[in-house]
Amino acid sequence: MSNTDTLPPADETTDVNPVGGIDQAVGDFQYDVNYEFDAGTGLNENTVRYISSVKKEAPWILEFRLKALKTFLEKPMPTHWATTDLNNIDFDKIRYYLSQGQKPKRTWDEVPDDIKKTFERLGIPEQERKFLAGVEAQFDSEAAYSNIKDIVAKQGVIFCNSTEALREHPEIFKKFFGKVIPTGDNKFSALNSAVFSGGSFIYVPPGVKVAQPLQAYFRINAENFGQFERTLIIADEGSEVVYMEGCTAPKFSTSTLHSAVVELVALKGAKIQYITVQNWANNVFNLVTKRGVAHEDAEIKWIDCNIGSRLTMKYPGVVLKGKRARGEVVSIALANDGQHQDTGAKMIHAADDTTSVIVAKSISVGQGRSTYRGQVHIPKHLKGCKNNTECDALLINTNSRTDTYPAITVRGDTHAVQHEASVSKVNEEQIFYMQQRGLTEAQAMSLAVNGFVNDLVRQFPMEYSVELKRLIDLEMEGSVG
Amino acid sequence: MSVSSLSPSPTEGLSSARFEQHLSQRSYLPAWWLEAKAAAWNQFNTLPSPARTDETWRFSNLNTLDLEGFELPEDASQHIPNLSAFPHAAEIIFSNRQLVARSAVPSDLLAKGVIFAPLDEALRSHGDLVREYFQKLPANLGSEKFVALNTAFTGSGAFLFVPKGVEIAEPFVVQHTLSGANKATFPHTIVILGDNAKATLVEFFVSADNGRHLASGVNDLHAGPGSQLVYVGAQNWSRDTLAFQTNSIVVERDAKVLSLNVHLGGRQARHESHSRLLGPGAHSEMLAVTVANGAQEFDQRTLQTHVSPNTTSNLLYKNALLDTAKTIFSGLIVVEPDAQKTDAYQKNRNLMLSDDAEANSLPGLEIQANDVKCSHGSTSSRIEPEQEFYLQSRGIKPQAAKQMLVFAFFEEVLNKLENEDLHTALRTLIESKFKK
Repeated sequence: MSNTDTLPPADETTDVNPVGGIDQAVGDFQYDVNYEFDAGTGLNENTVRYISSVKKEAPWILEFRLKALKTFLEKPMPTHWATTDLNNIDFDKIRYYLSQGQKPKRTWDEVPDDIKKTFERLGIPEQERKFLAGVEAQFDSEAAYSNIKDIVAKQGVIFCNSTEALREHPEIFKKFFGKVIPTGDNKFSALNSAVFSGGSFIYVPPGVKVAQPLQAYFRINAENFGQFERTLIIADEGSEVVYMEGCTAPKFSTSTLHSAVVELVALKGAKIQYITVQNWANNVFNLVTKRGVAHEDAEIKWIDCNIGSRLTMKYPGVVLKGKRARGEVVSIALANDGQHQDTGAKMIHAADDTTSVIVAKSISVGQGRSTYRGQVHIPKHLKGCKNNTECDALLINTNSRTDTYPAITVRGDTHAVQHEASVSKVNEEQIFYMQQRGLTEAQAMSLAVNGFVNDLVRQFPMEYSVELKRLIDLEMEGSVG
Repeated sequence: MSVSSLSPSPTEGLSSARFEQHLSQRSYLPAWWLEAKAAAWNQFNTLPSPARTDETWRFSNLNTLDLEGFELPEDASQHIPNLSAFPHAAEIIFSNRQLVARSAVPSDLLAKGVIFAPLDEALRSHGDLVREYFQKLPANLGSEKFVALNTAFTGSGAFLFVPKGVEIAEPFVVQHTLSGANKATFPHTIVILGDNAKATLVEFFVSADNGRHLASGVNDLHAGPGSQLVYVGAQNWSRDTLAFQTNSIVVERDAKVLSLNVHLGGRQARHESHSRLLGPGAHSEMLAVTVANGAQEFDQRTLQTHVSPNTTSNLLYKNALLDTAKTIFSGLIVVEPDAQKTDAYQKNRNLMLSDDAEANSLPGLEIQANDVKCSHGSTSSRIEPEQEFYLQSRGIKPQAAKQMLVFAFFEEVLNKLENEDLHTALRTLIESKFKK
C-alpha cells in the first residue's frame, strides 16, 4: 500500500494548514503501518470478544457489547426512509479493529514515526501549540496521541480516550455511558456499541470554564476499515467547554465505514459547544449518532459541517430535559458529485420554557445531493416551548438536488413553533455584477456561495472559518462553465 | 382487527361474495369498467394494510383503520340535509349510494355539449370519455388499498365534462349522504375541462345521522390547456366515520386549478391530494381548512409535482385544533429535473386552541432543478394574546373575540374563492361546527 503515498511530503517551510485535512487533497495520502492488533475481516461474536480482550475490559463492557451486537444483527436497515445506498455497505468485508497498541502517547516524540508523519502532515501538532487546550489524535481504532495542557488538567478537567476512561474513570463513565443514546436507538448506534473503540471522554468539573477548545482528530488509514469511536462529554454544573473534531481518510478504491456515537451531558447551567468539520474521502459511509441532554438552564450547541464522505447520515440532537434549557444546531453541508449529505437536527423538548434553534444551510454542486431531515418534538403538558427552524438550500448546477424532510409535533397551546425552508440558486445579477467588476465566473460563484453561508461560518472559531472559506473556493472551482 | 379482516359471512359486509353480487348487478356497464373493478378488488385484497414503517402513514393512528362490519347500504335515507342553498348550475344528490335527486342541466349548456351526470349514466352514454380519464394518473400517496376498494365498489359519483371554450359561472353541486349503522360509501367523481373552459364543482360529503360510517372517495380532476377549474370538497361526516378521500389533480399548459377542502366531520379522516403540473404556465392552488375538535384525527397528505418548466403552485392548509384533536399535515413539493423556473410554495398553519391538541407537520421538498423558487413554512402557535386583548379592549367579550380571530384565521383561505355565495355557504357550514 506504500505506493499510494504519491504526494510529496508536506513542506515544513510553507504555512501549515490550521485545520488539517479540511482540504481533501491534504488528507489523501497513506503510510504503510504494521498493526499489532487486528480483529480481522467481518463481524461476529469473536470479533467483539477480541476487541474487548485486547482492551482488557471489565466483564460488564463485554456483556454490553455482545448485547449490542445482537441488537445490530436484529435491526433492519432503515431504508424505508433512508437512501438504499446503505445496502451497499458490506459488513463482512470490513475490518473492525486495527491498532498498534491501546495506550496513547503523551508526547509527539513517543508516537511511532509513520503515525506521527500522518498527523504532522495534517498539521495537528502545530494547531495544538497554537490554540488548543488538549488534543487527542486517533489513528484507525485507537488514539495514538492524547495530551491535555497542564493548566487545564490542574482544574480537574479529564480529557482522554474512551479506552482509558473505561479503565481509569469507570465510576463517571458508567453513570452516563449509553444513557443519552441507547444501544437500540438505531442500527448504527447498535453497531458502534458492539465494536466501539477510541473517541474522547471529557469531564469538566463544576464551575470550570475551559478557555481554549479541546480537539480530537480522527484518521482512517487502512483500507476496508471501519472506525467506531465513542465520545462522551460531561459538563458538570455551571461549567463550559468547546470541543472540536476533524476527520480525514485517504481515497481507497473500496468504501470505508465510519460510525460514531457521541453523547453529551450538560448538567445544570453548563454549556457545551461541539464543532465538527467532516471531510472524509468520497467513499466513506459516515453514519453517526450524536445527541446531548441539556439539564436546567444548560445549553448545548452543535456546529456541524459536512463536506466530505460518500453518504453522511447525521442528525445531531438535543434532549431539553431541564427547565429553560437551550439547544441549537448550526449545520452546513456541501454535496458535490457522487455525494449525498443527509443531515439535519433533532430537538426533543422535555421541560417547560425550553428553546431550540436549528439553522441549516446546504449547497449542492454538480450532481451532489443534500438532504435536510429534522425532528422537533414538543410533547404533552409542557408550557412555553419555542422552536425556530430555518433551512436554506442553494443549488449550483442544473442537475444538483436538494430535499427537505422536517417532522414537527406540537401538543398544547402555549408553544411557538416555526419552520421555514427555501431553495434557490445563485443570483444571476450578483454574478453578473461581480464579473463586470473583473472577477472570473468561478470567483464570483465562490464569493456568492461564501456569502450564503457567511452568517453561519462567522460562528466558527477563526481558524475553522478561514479554512472553510478556502475549501468552498476549491469546491467551486470546477463547478462553473 | 386489521384492514383485511373483513366479515366472513358470504354476502354481508365487504366480502368477495358481496363484491360478486355488486358486479353482477352492474352487468349493463362497459366490460372495461367491470374488469377494472375486478382487478381493483383483487388489488385491495393483495395490498398490505398500512404499517408503522410506511413513511406515508407516519404519525397516523393505524389501530383504528378497522373495516370490520361495514356494509353497502340497501336503501336511501329519508333525511337529506340541504347544503346547496346557493345559486348553482345543476346538482346531483346521492343518499346511501342511490341517486335521489338531480336537477336538469340548463339547456343552453347541454346544447354546448356540457355533460353533468351520475357516473353510472356517463359510463353508458360516454364510456370512452370516462375510460380516458378514469384513474389516468392516480394520486399514489399511501391510500392505494382504499382507492382500490373505492374502484371495486364505486357506484355513486358524478361526471362533469365541459367542452372547449365553454365558461360556466355557477357551480355544479354533488352531494353524498350516508345514514344507518355500519354503512359504507365509495364515491368517485371525474371532472374534465376542455381547452379554455371554466367551471366550478362543489362536492358535499355528509352523514344524515350519527351512525358508524365508512367513506372512501376518489376524484380525478383534469384541467385541459388554458382552462380554469375550481373544486370545493366539504366533508361533514358523522363523528363515528372513518373517511378517506384521494384526489388527483392534473393541470395542463396555462390551466389554473383551485382546490379547497373543508374538513369538519369524521372520527378519523385522511385526505390525499396530488397536483401534477404538466405544461408551462400551469398553476395549482391547493387550499384546506380544518376544524378539529373532540378526539378527531385529520390526516392530510399532499404532493405538488412540477413536471414541466415555468409552472407554479401554492398550498395553504390551515388547521384549528381544539380539545384532544390531532392533525397531521404531510406535504411534498417535487420539482423534476426538467422543471426549471418552477415557483412553488407550501404553507401549513396550525392554530392551537387547546392544551391537549396535537399538530404534526411534515413539510417536504425534493428539488432536482436549480433555477427554481421553492419554499415552505409551517407554524404551530396559539392566538396572539395582543390581538385578543385589542378586541376585548374594544368591548368584545372574550369568547366572541376568540371566535372572531379563529374565523379571521380561516378567512385568508376562504377569501381565495371568488364566488361570494359559495364563500358564505362554506363559512356558515364551518360556523355550524362551532355552534354545536
